[in-house]
Amino acid sequence: MKKKKLASAFLSLTLAAGVLAGCSGSGSSDKSSGDGDTIKIGVNLELSGGVASYGQSIAEGLELATAEINKEGIDGKKIKLIKVDNKSEASEATSGAIKLTSQDQVAAIVGAATSTNSIAQVQIAQDNKVPVISPSGTSPEITFSKDKLNDYIFRTSFIDPFQGTVAANFATKEIKAKSAAIYIDSSSDYSKGLAAAFKEQFEKNGGKIVAEEAYIAKDTDFRSTLTRLKSAKPDFIFLPGYYEEAGLIVKQARETGLDVPFMGGDGWDSPKLVEIAGAKALNNTFITNHYSSGDPDEKIQNFVSAFKAKYKDKSPDAFNALGYDTGYFLADAIKRAGSADSEKIKEALEKTADLELVTGTFTLDEKHNPIKSATILEFKEGKQVFNTKINP
Amino acid sequence: MELIQQLINGVSLGSIYALIALGYTMVYGIVKLINFAHGDVFMVGSFVGFYSITVLDLSFVPALLISMTVCALFGVLIERIAYKPLRNATRIAALITAIGVSLLIEYGFIYVRGAQPEAYPNDVLPADKFNIFGVSINSQSVLIFGVAVVLMIILQIIVHRTKIGKAMRAVSFDADAAKLMGINVDNTISATFAIGSALAGAAGVIFGIYYIKIEPLMGVLPGLKAFVAAVLGGIGIIPGAMVGGLLLGVIEALVSAAGYSLWRDAVAFVVLILILIFLPQGLFGKNKKEKV
Repeated sequence: MKKKKLASAFLSLTLAAGVLAGCSGSGSSDKSSGDGDTIKIGVNLELSGGVASYGQSIAEGLELATAEINKEGIDGKKIKLIKVDNKSEASEATSGAIKLTSQDQVAAIVGAATSTNSIAQVQIAQDNKVPVISPSGTSPEITFSKDKLNDYIFRTSFIDPFQGTVAANFATKEIKAKSAAIYIDSSSDYSKGLAAAFKEQFEKNGGKIVAEEAYIAKDTDFRSTLTRLKSAKPDFIFLPGYYEEAGLIVKQARETGLDVPFMGGDGWDSPKLVEIAGAKALNNTFITNHYSSGDPDEKIQNFVSAFKAKYKDKSPDAFNALGYDTGYFLADAIKRAGSADSEKIKEALEKTADLELVTGTFTLDEKHNPIKSATILEFKEGKQVFNTKINP
Repeated sequence: MELIQQLINGVSLGSIYALIALGYTMVYGIVKLINFAHGDVFMVGSFVGFYSITVLDLSFVPALLISMTVCALFGVLIERIAYKPLRNATRIAALITAIGVSLLIEYGFIYVRGAQPEAYPNDVLPADKFNIFGVSINSQSVLIFGVAVVLMIILQIIVHRTKIGKAMRAVSFDADAAKLMGINVDNTISATFAIGSALAGAAGVIFGIYYIKIEPLMGVLPGLKAFVAAVLGGIGIIPGAMVGGLLLGVIEALVSAAGYSLWRDAVAFVVLILILIFLPQGLFGKNKKEKV
């Protein structure tokens, strides 16, 4: 009880501080974002709580990038990361952003990993004029909502509908599919967003959607629907769901004798997928992802070996790569801005073009979303194998 | 051809419902209690089977037997701790306790091992495909149906040919009169819980092998569906539970086959409502007049 009271007292204090800082911020012109030779960057990530593995992976990648950048420094200045843990909760993400902008007076914020927690910081960032970069928030709403650009918000990952478009192009060009079926998780906006983009692009490419079916998360029996899909005879099935159901669906599809290629998005990316579906059933399935550690590109291989050297031979996953790229994305903007002023960093971020990073070559569009390539991975005997890279 | 394929899909799903429904129906038949924790016994059985196979490195049959034994003991334990003290309490008190026990098992289990799903190994039973006239039949679904039928036959023999079965029938008919005749009512009720829970445990292992993914809340929906199946066949009647389970599985498969897969769960509960309105005693129930 006592603990709770203390926590709420602390929360109201930080809130009050945030309001005060917001008032004075507009009055004083020089907001110092570091003293002399350091640039303070806020990190607002899910270091504990429900999706802590995402936040921790991003933090690892970001720390590696910061260590590399600080070897030379940016115009002699070093980056200093100030971390707050948002505990995977939107309200904590908001108060974390308030603390970083008012108390620590950071030049920019990196975070959060999920769309919800990133959206929770938007208003604070806009009011305090501090740029925020979400490393892995894929909802279009983060940077552009209610027909309005959130001009201080940026992201490193691509947005949900983009994966659907890439998958459709892959189906038409590489698989040479003439007809496709879509099987979505009707309880997930992520799944619906990918499916809508896939359908639009696939039809634009001259393909035909022969069946559209849906399931609800936590379903376990898909055989009846799969039998129905089988009789529609599609060349290709797009399955933009999460790994638990995707694994079961692929397994049951193979048992039903549905042997066509399946394709999903980054929601499939988990070792549990292989355990559930079985290595053999996953042959001839593909996913779009942010990057592949098996990509032969030199830049990627350098990153992989640097990461393994720092983190005890652990192979970097997509979140590690996105965290790493966010560090360089920001450093590049600070360098071009020639100052650690938040306003100037924001303008430089907006002008990012042809920046070569691990998860692709970046150019920012007018909605602050990076236009970059997506990687296609193929499952071979349960292993993710780099297949190809598709440019938008 | 597609219709036959869909019927086979439905029967495999229905066999699992039927095995769980048997436990519901037996317990209801004897103590007039809807044991809502039954779906969670099914979940525990599934995990016991999983650990037997992965940790103890056992094959299908020993894993099935261990799971059935553990669940039988677990069922008796639940009955002794939660339901026995309430035997003479109101029906509603017992019902609410059952819901409480169900939640306790689910969230207690999550507290102990976390909520993340677990995947059964893929090679417990061979999954060969047979093609008969264009209908593909998985050897696993044949085996599942076989195990379900065998267990139901054993159950019928126990109920109609053994002493404990006779006691169970007597207690379900009139517990007080049975007591006067020298039947140990407490032991009979415990035996009912043990047998019903053992069947749920078997259903859990079969479910794991057939559907691979298991998690602590997996018992909730199959538990409710099995309850619908029991009511559909006439709650308290053993052959009714079998037929109700298979019928519900087939109905669900046909709903999906017609392209309404999102309505599948809703249809199961619409069936429950329709049965309760138009045929409250179920398909196999006799319309008994209460004595005044």
